[in-house]
Amino acid sequence: MTLHRLRSERFRDSADEALSDAELQANLAKLRGNFLARRARARDSLPEFDALVDEAVGIKNHVLDHLDTYLVAFEEAVEASGGTVHWARDDAEARRVVLQICRDAGASTVTKGKTMVSEEIGLNDWLDEAGIEAVETDLGEYIVQLAGETPSHIIAPAIHKNRRQISALFNHHHKNLPDREADDLDGLLADARQMLRGRFLAADVGITGANFLIAETGQTVIVTNEGNGDLTQLLSGVHVVLAGIEKIVPTLEDASTLLRLLARSATGQDMTSYTTFSAGPRRHDDHDGPDSFHVVLVDNGRTGLLGGPNRDLLRCIRCGCCLNACPVYAKVGGHAYGSPYSGPVGAALTPSLAGLASTSHLPNASSLCGRCEEVCPMRIPLPGILRRLRNEEAERGASPPVMRTGLQLWSVIAARPWIYRVLTSLTTRLLAAMGRRRGHLPRLPLTRAWTRTRDLASPAGATFQSRWKAGERP
Amino acid sequence: MSDARHAILSRIREASLPGRERDATARLRRHRRNLQPECARSSDAELIDVFVRKAEAVQASVVRVAGLEDVPPEVSRYLRHRNLPAHVAVAPHDDLESMDWAAMTITAERRKPLDSDHCGVNRAFCAVAESGTLIMTSGPDSPSTMNFLPETHIAVLKESDIVGAAEDVWDRLRASGRASAGSLPRTVNMITGVSRTGDIEQTIQTGVHGPRHLHIVLVKET
Ligand code: SF4
Repeated sequence: MTLHRLRSERFRDSADEALSDAELQANLAKLRGNFLARRARARDSLPEFDALVDEAVGIKNHVLDHLDTYLVAFEEAVEASGGTVHWARDDAEARRVVLQICRDAGASTVTKGKTMVSEEIGLNDWLDEAGIEAVETDLGEYIVQLAGETPSHIIAPAIHKNRRQISALFNHHHKNLPDREADDLDGLLADARQMLRGRFLAADVGITGANFLIAETGQTVIVTNEGNGDLTQLLSGVHVVLAGIEKIVPTLEDASTLLRLLARSATGQDMTSYTTFSAGPRRHDDHDGPDSFHVVLVDNGRTGLLGGPNRDLLRCIRCGCCLNACPVYAKVGGHAYGSPYSGPVGAALTPSLAGLASTSHLPNASSLCGRCEEVCPMRIPLPGILRRLRNEEAERGASPPVMRTGLQLWSVIAARPWIYRVLTSLTTRLLAAMGRRRGHLPRLPLTRAWTRTRDLASPAGATFQSRWKAGERP
Repeated sequence: MSDARHAILSRIREASLPGRERDATARLRRHRRNLQPECARSSDAELIDVFVRKAEAVQASVVRVAGLEDVPPEVSRYLRHRNLPAHVAVAPHDDLESMDWAAMTITAERRKPLDSDHCGVNRAFCAVAESGTLIMTSGPDSPSTMNFLPETHIAVLKESDIVGAAEDVWDRLRASGRASAGSLPRTVNMITGVSRTGDIEQTIQTGVHGPRHLHIVLVKET
């Protein structure tokens, strides 16, 4: 299996570029903390939050233990509602299935609600090559599509763009509308509404993702705040749902438990504006809804995780909370990861799905500070998984020689206290002398990679051990 | 295609699955509730107040009236207040059809909504107090597009249809014989507030694709 447009091998260069992009840094800085504060308020106002997390983890673990059973039950229920279930082993198979459905429908345009699986399999490029126009309808996704980019955040795809950049894009692409000032936020929104309303009404096929698949009833569930996923499926003749096989939950009751955590973790809302349960095509006496309904169940590497040590990743509900908590993501943004999945979950999931050979930098794109695990509503041990991937990488002998020699040297020093003491006290005094004037070191020989984008705080002058020995106590 | 199905299912079965039980499908028939948080367990007396408070917190407006016959006057008042034309699309639901719209000089067209309709009126299946959520089910008396196409959505809800928790909705659907594959409504919409986005610099803006205004007319009569 592969992930579309995977460029994770470039992580170090991409991260450097991101750090020296002043506009991106300003955009990212403005957003920091916003989501997290709202999530904290939502969590604090639900006293049972942690207990619900325990239940949710239990549900997901139970599903993973019986994935085959529930997938088969889901398939039966979808068929009983008049829908069709397709299975896709990998990205290529998933693309072929969707293209065939579009061809059978004689489709020339497709509208799309937000789906991460579609990013995974590179559906838009593929449909484009086949002469079918795919239009993203989530406002953030629409913006990044106009820019020829990919989403940089799971739930806020255009978080890396400011209003000036967005109005420039609209002015360029909305030929039949008057140009807008960057400050005219209402105008920008009105333009997007008008453009996309036309697209919804004209589309032949509507493609959405799924936040949950309910085994009991064969319903697929999406949550959106905009309502774009609803117009996508209600106004086109064919509704296609793209979903990873791990999205299954047994019952409506189980979905309800997970829904109490999803919006709170993602945006700090109790519920997103629209939570929609879809079952099969329109009934004979319905006024609207699609004439046919297809669910594509996508594996694309997921079964490979099931029996292994990183299986906890399959509990992920893509709430984006770990991205909001991550200090590395906050500095480099989503595109640096070179994968549809960024932030801590991306650093762990991308190598787990696509293999370490093409993603070896990602497990290092973390300070292992642990904030991601703390906020994750599915209690996924992200730092532990990243550490395990680092070990795997070292065992493969694929880490750079400088790093290996460095670590070998370090293990010699760390195992011999007297060398450690002499070396640290010498270095500490030297660095303190060098940084006396400013209190920090903007540059240091041999550490350019570190100091290029950060300052090194200069030490106080004596090591902790020597001060302790001299009788100093806090 | 069946090759893919077979391959995926075998890969799952080959993985070691530590907590595997003999018959997991039993869970599908039990409908056991998981932990119900306190906020989902309002007493009957509180239900209405909690619902109104929660709905208003997500920018819906709520007005309470005594009976179904009071709905057209309330709609008329609301349209005038918002300076909107007295022209609405009305879902073909019995409760709404029997109303005297003409007396209020409102042109009410009983049909599914069109792109050009600025205001649509429909009847909610029920509502959830816990989160201020309306539940709309598709059917001959309720086109789902009514919830999304018009810029102003007016939903008529009976007080006796307010339940405490999302799980109560599923029980109601099951009780009405519409909760198993084959009998389910094609679409069940849970609607909590209006259409909104934060995609431009995280500034919350409303009415991006769906309604910018959600007005709930809460009817006392049971
Ligand atoms: S790993 Fe956890 S916090 Fe991150 S997106 Fe998945 S569920 Fe959310």
